[in-house]
Amino acid sequence: MNTKELIVEKIKEKFGESVEEVSDFRDDLCITIKKDQIVNLGKYLKEDPDLQFIMCKDVTAIDWATRKKRFTTVYHIYSFKLNYALRLKSNIDDNPPTIETVSFVWQSANWYERETWDMYGIKFINHPDLRRMYMPEGFEYHPLRKDFPVLGIPGSLPLPFKAE
Amino acid sequence: MDRIQQIYNDEKLLKKLQEDQNLTIEDVLENEMVINMGPQHPATHGVLRLVLRLDGETVVGIVPELGYLHRGYEKMAENMSHIEFIPHTDRLDYTGTMCNNVGYVLAVEKLAGIEAPKRAQYIRMIVSELSRIAAHMVAIGTFAMDVGAVTMVMWTFREREKVNSIFDRIAGARFTTSYTRIGGVASDIDDQAFAEIKQFLAELEPALVEMDKLLLSNRIFIQRLEGIGILPKEDAIALGVTGPNLRASGVEYDVRRAKPYLFYNEIDFKIPTFSQGDCLARYFQRGDEVRESIKILYQCLDKIPQGEVIANNPKKVLSHKTEIYSKMEELIHDFMIINFGINPPIGDTYLSVENPKGELGFYIVSNGSGQPWKLKIHSPSFCNLQAVSQLCKGAMVSDVVAIIGSLDPVMGEADK
Amino acid sequence: MGLEAVLQKDGFLTTTIDAIVAWSRKSSVWPMPMGISCCAIEMIAAADPKYDIARFGSEVMRFSPRQSDLMIVAGTVTYKMAQVVRRIYDQMPEPKWVIAMGACTSSGGMYRSYSVVQGIDQFLPVDVYTAGCPPRPENLLNALMTIQDKIGKTKARDFQNRSLAELEHSQN
Repeated sequence: MNTKELIVEKIKEKFGESVEEVSDFRDDLCITIKKDQIVNLGKYLKEDPDLQFIMCKDVTAIDWATRKKRFTTVYHIYSFKLNYALRLKSNIDDNPPTIETVSFVWQSANWYERETWDMYGIKFINHPDLRRMYMPEGFEYHPLRKDFPVLGIPGSLPLPFKAE
Repeated sequence: MDRIQQIYNDEKLLKKLQEDQNLTIEDVLENEMVINMGPQHPATHGVLRLVLRLDGETVVGIVPELGYLHRGYEKMAENMSHIEFIPHTDRLDYTGTMCNNVGYVLAVEKLAGIEAPKRAQYIRMIVSELSRIAAHMVAIGTFAMDVGAVTMVMWTFREREKVNSIFDRIAGARFTTSYTRIGGVASDIDDQAFAEIKQFLAELEPALVEMDKLLLSNRIFIQRLEGIGILPKEDAIALGVTGPNLRASGVEYDVRRAKPYLFYNEIDFKIPTFSQGDCLARYFQRGDEVRESIKILYQCLDKIPQGEVIANNPKKVLSHKTEIYSKMEELIHDFMIINFGINPPIGDTYLSVENPKGELGFYIVSNGSGQPWKLKIHSPSFCNLQAVSQLCKGAMVSDVVAIIGSLDPVMGEADK
Repeated sequence: MGLEAVLQKDGFLTTTIDAIVAWSRKSSVWPMPMGISCCAIEMIAAADPKYDIARFGSEVMRFSPRQSDLMIVAGTVTYKMAQVVRRIYDQMPEPKWVIAMGACTSSGGMYRSYSVVQGIDQFLPVDVYTAGCPPRPENLLNALMTIQDKIGKTKARDFQNRSLAELEHSQN
């Protein structure tokens, strides 16, 4: 049994009903799971002795703009034991977008989730320190949402005064 | 502010302050002090801002604040074609530009299903290893400068200038190169450039020995770094630290070995690791990686095959200028690629490469159109910076400078 | 060569105060390296042994704004950073000059995006714009020479009892 089959089988055995989709595009294994199971799945993948996905490389989101479930959060995790990178996804809807934080499972997710909150406005429930990562405090918008223009909203960011 | 207000409200304290103009030692030490470091500070390598809470000279807490160089790359990428984004990748980690070019192009090629010719892949390996040397030269030089050895930055920049002049010959730009193309590289390397690379490598090895001599015979340098900012293995993994900093903590993880891209599986090289995980280990780590890069470069120069440098795939890959000017088909394809993009299939891929700073990943989501629907840059400096608050806790103020220097963040990449 | 060759005996020299002040000012411009992004590396390269900015008397890079005359803004200025740049500029003593190094500092360059200021002249008086992304070190040295020419033409009284607003007007 190769690595991919092992991972899929193990997850399906444990989270059979919550797994929404298993895709394998260009040799990247990706598992979509219901949003209320993401922390449990993370814990399981991290602690299972055969899998040991102990490193979280990235947390981000996708804004689909027109879909009913507008956002998808994406997690890239890595196992040193299997030498394998796995992608997890979770679809969430937009009223308002919330999902449980995984920063208690993987410590490194702390900043990635802050970045995702800054860029997409997805609220991570129970996050220890959910502040903006890049944009200044007091900025009202979330730049990577598809309805935010590239050139920004005039007047939303102040410039220092220039004496004339 | 609250504390000052408190003092004014407290009659006893106010009276004492008005009577006794001379503060005693106890008064000063009792109070914790919050100081601001950066964003314009010589030791923060750019525009990183740190807010430190100090007890005497010991750091009690530290909060890094990023975003002073947030240029909105990911938003811009969604509004331009895949090819247009190549020049932007130069400016991510601006010390090792070629590595970023190679990483991005490989990610797009994986998504679109294009394979570059073998010679192009070897050229990519050569330029990214050269770039790695250049980046580590900046890292070592500025790191040594931060802890007081200003000579080093002159010496390392002397070596770096040689890499820049090689790039000038290969790519036509000494610094922001934009050399790679989707499906290959922009131009072939000529013999003169090969000769220059060989000469550079021959000169680099004695120079590295000299640098080590200069620094390691200096007791101040050793004592300021040894045992400072220790990052244990487990913490390094939990905090998502990558690259040389992870390997200096004893984790033998290198993307070139774990998931080989290009032709790194044909090359014989070691992954240097250190178990101490302190600032000195991170210095040694970078030096050893430069030595491994030299080995890789010599092997690449031996093994590089003859042939084309760009794939023959007219619907996805831009043809050469002479063909576009002389053939109708190529002109049409060129027009289509430039105006409508290369239209990769619907799907999403993640590809990471080993950069001088660590693992640089590109997560590209395509909806079948010529522009990426989403492009996420997983930047190594951002991950490494997350360790700052843990490393600096309990250290002295002067150690903060050494720790940041040893982590070697580049803000262009961390802030995106 | 130099003065020693001309003045073989006890001699004297007639000049104006303005000329000698401007000459000494322009020959030792102390830059404040406002290194923000990529251009900062080229700015360090201009100080390295190959390009050697010391030939122009400007090797004394001072990271403290209080000790410098010339601010080299090297790199993309975002809205968040603009506040900082302006504050550092205000801390520099008069007279002071500004080089906008590189395309993104001068005009926003390739960054047409929500967070990048499209040209620092929106909040700073700029004396010399330098083209290139990033400019080669030679180009930065050229900008420095242009600044030196400009300083050479100033008179000491230009800077006396002038308000900040007037100064900015005259320097633009």
